Amino acid sequence: MNTSTAHAPAHSTASAHGADHGHHEHHEPGFWQKYIFSTDHKVIGIQYAVTSLLFLLFGFLLMMAMRWQLAYPGKPIPVIGHALQAALGDDMANNGVMQADLYNVFGAMHGTIMVFLAIVPILFGAFGNYVTPLQIGAPDMAFPRLNMASYHLYFLGGIVMLASFFIPGGAAKSGWTSYSPLATINDPVHVINGQTLWLIGMVLLITSSLLGAVNFITTIIQMRAKGMTWMRLPFFVWAQFVTAFLLLLAFPPLEAAGIMQLVDNLLKTSFFLPSGLVVNGQQLAVSGGGSPLLWQHLFWFLAHPEVYVLILPAMGIVSEVIANNTRKPLWGYKSLVYATLSIGFLAFIVWAHHMYLTGMGTRISTFFQTTTMMISIPSVIILTALFISLWGGSIRFNTPMLFALAFLPMFGIGGLTGLPLGFNASDIILHDSYYVIAHFHYVVAPGTIFGVFAGLYFWYPKATGRMMNETLGKIHFAGSLLFMNMIFAPMFIQGLHGMSRRMYDGGSTYFGSGVGLDQHILNLNISITHAAAGLGFFQLFFIFNFFSSLVWGKRVTSDNPWQATTLDWQTPTPPPHGNFTTEPVAFRGPYEYSVPGAKTDFTPQNQAG
Amino acid sequence: MDSLKSLLQLPDVASAHGEGLDTLLLYVHLLMVSLFVGWFSYFVYTVFKFRKSANPKADYVGARSHFSSYAEVAVAGIEGLLLLGFAVPLWAKAVDKLPDPKKTLDIQIMAQQFQWNAHYKGADNAWGKQDIKFANSANPFGIDVADASAKDDFALLREPFLVPVNKDVICRISSMDVIHCFKVPRMRVTQDAIPGMSIPLHFRPVKTGEFMIICAQLCGNLHSTMKGTFRVVEQEEFDKWFAEKTKAGMAAAASE
Repeated sequence: MNTSTAHAPAHSTASAHGADHGHHEHHEPGFWQKYIFSTDHKVIGIQYAVTSLLFLLFGFLLMMAMRWQLAYPGKPIPVIGHALQAALGDDMANNGVMQADLYNVFGAMHGTIMVFLAIVPILFGAFGNYVTPLQIGAPDMAFPRLNMASYHLYFLGGIVMLASFFIPGGAAKSGWTSYSPLATINDPVHVINGQTLWLIGMVLLITSSLLGAVNFITTIIQMRAKGMTWMRLPFFVWAQFVTAFLLLLAFPPLEAAGIMQLVDNLLKTSFFLPSGLVVNGQQLAVSGGGSPLLWQHLFWFLAHPEVYVLILPAMGIVSEVIANNTRKPLWGYKSLVYATLSIGFLAFIVWAHHMYLTGMGTRISTFFQTTTMMISIPSVIILTALFISLWGGSIRFNTPMLFALAFLPMFGIGGLTGLPLGFNASDIILHDSYYVIAHFHYVVAPGTIFGVFAGLYFWYPKATGRMMNETLGKIHFAGSLLFMNMIFAPMFIQGLHGMSRRMYDGGSTYFGSGVGLDQHILNLNISITHAAAGLGFFQLFFIFNFFSSLVWGKRVTSDNPWQATTLDWQTPTPPPHGNFTTEPVAFRGPYEYSVPGAKTDFTPQNQAG
Repeated sequence: MDSLKSLLQLPDVASAHGEGLDTLLLYVHLLMVSLFVGWFSYFVYTVFKFRKSANPKADYVGARSHFSSYAEVAVAGIEGLLLLGFAVPLWAKAVDKLPDPKKTLDIQIMAQQFQWNAHYKGADNAWGKQDIKFANSANPFGIDVADASAKDDFALLREPFLVPVNKDVICRISSMDVIHCFKVPRMRVTQDAIPGMSIPLHFRPVKTGEFMIICAQLCGNLHSTMKGTFRVVEQEEFDKWFAEKTKAGMAAAASE
């Protein structure tokens, strides 16, 4: 079992290695080996966590600048406006005013960064890496070097994306979806442009995810501790397992598509360009014969499963936190598992519901509507099982639990508002409106991100040996819950009124009787922007708490401060290289809380008898 | 019913098929709201009832009722009903059943960065020949002005498209550069404009007035300014306008 770690750099806390590592030569690894080129899944997990949290903040700041423009079109952006002008040029931020191109750049990069550089890496790369091997009782991932390569490719992809802001013409500006032909013709002046770097960055990020997916699947299948049968796996591990399959099977088509668009842009092929394009009154000198819809199919074949990549691991985290803080087993564990497997399968046959309005006939759209309605059922089952899990509990309201509880109704809103978009006939009304923005942000922002915060507060003591401050945590929670809703709830109203997304002027073009967009609907842009600033302010409590607790946080007095049952808590704190001091054996299911007749209200998985 | 619909705050509907779409949207929202209210009330009650101070010892088994299974079956049933009873037939009617193009006002609509253009058949009710080699900014449809049946055709660039009230109209949506999306919120029509494809949609305006066409697909830096107008008028006014336009014909547009 230890062969995979035999070549890894030895850890300084020799005592923690126990007998099975005794034959290794122990030496102090240098800074580079310990923190940068580490093959330890926990170090890699923390690398992922720190990097993706920085990207999360960066993606949020891009959005803040856009929100300023929506609320106050044509007014210079406060504080950073002139810095943007100096860094990005007059075309982007003339006199500190956001220009249309900059709005599109920030819009495309906000989406790209949030999905591919923040949320997926923190759920899969950070939580997946740190927690999965611990929960299954493994000493590390199956392929530690592959794991390191995965993080390095992700980091490189992030650098390429960041660098693209500063090249002539600016970063990609054709939406995070990068539809052809726009993505090909959007910057005719520069041969190597933002779109080129976007595609190269995406290829790196996709490769990173694929390496991660292979590693997770192998680890979960091969490296489970003795007695850790499939139905004894914590639900979090199931969520990671299905997520890994989604990434493995959905990403390759987009990687191929990315390379095809790259050669369309650079070598003048026409995979996605039809014949007879006329741009700015000039016939475009390309061979033609390609299909713009092919790109959309390849893109959404990834991007719909990606939605479940963004939500399943968050559900996994929330399940762990809820079981722990209700002090009772999850209700319907098996139905949770089967529902997750069904989602994993159905996620691959719903993609074209993003394309109802591309000229789809009744038969094909009926197929995709039916699968879309079908996939809502396992989602409802998961949410219902978590709701019912609360019944009969002895609920502790600590910070991780508050975030986990809030996840349930917030994700509920996000999921339910997918229904009118999933029916093609009602999608005619809502397509591309702010209703869509509100819907998927409810899923990912107060949904997934609350799951992320629940997980960060929950596993922080395991990773650092110190607790985060509860008071600051609760302030962070209350402010986040309030302002998340003040940001996204009004967008449903704007969308129903007919306000379209991706409008640089905040929709003021549509003011008046033609659409029926009233002044008070436009004015919501202002209150939303203020709420976004409020949300940003309350994140300061988290940032301060995160760093200050490293130094001043209350030290944990036990390796299992939450009195949890799963194996991740039955290790030293923080877990040493190799994780377990003795080889763990699982004797029971993952959530044996409040077992009648037991001495304590939790019975760890590795407790014999 | 109408008062419930007004809660959705949609822009006033101005087309015949729009009512049906609004009704579906209303039903879906009624389902969503009742599910959410049910879930949320249960949630608040449960979290309060089973707080640690009120219930220091958790129950290992938890809920014993099978209500949730019935509720899930019911939700699936309602979704199926909305799908088969509403969404599918509405779509089939709105998309598949094209009225006879010979007897209906049939126009081509060409999107370009960043405007909407229309091409009307002239009095002869036939399209003039079109070829990509003639296409440019002034002639986005690539109409061959030398062709006999093109003489009385006319194109509208950056000006309102007139249609008569209470008559079906077919719009064949295409694009000359990037993907746009033809959306007339008050007519409840939305159709991507995809280069290389011509996709027909149809609707029947039931109110006179001006109705904004917007672009609902990111199409470049001036995307937000890309708008057009449908002017819905009485038949007589339309006939008069049409007679003038078809008399001037393509020559007027080409010489612009």
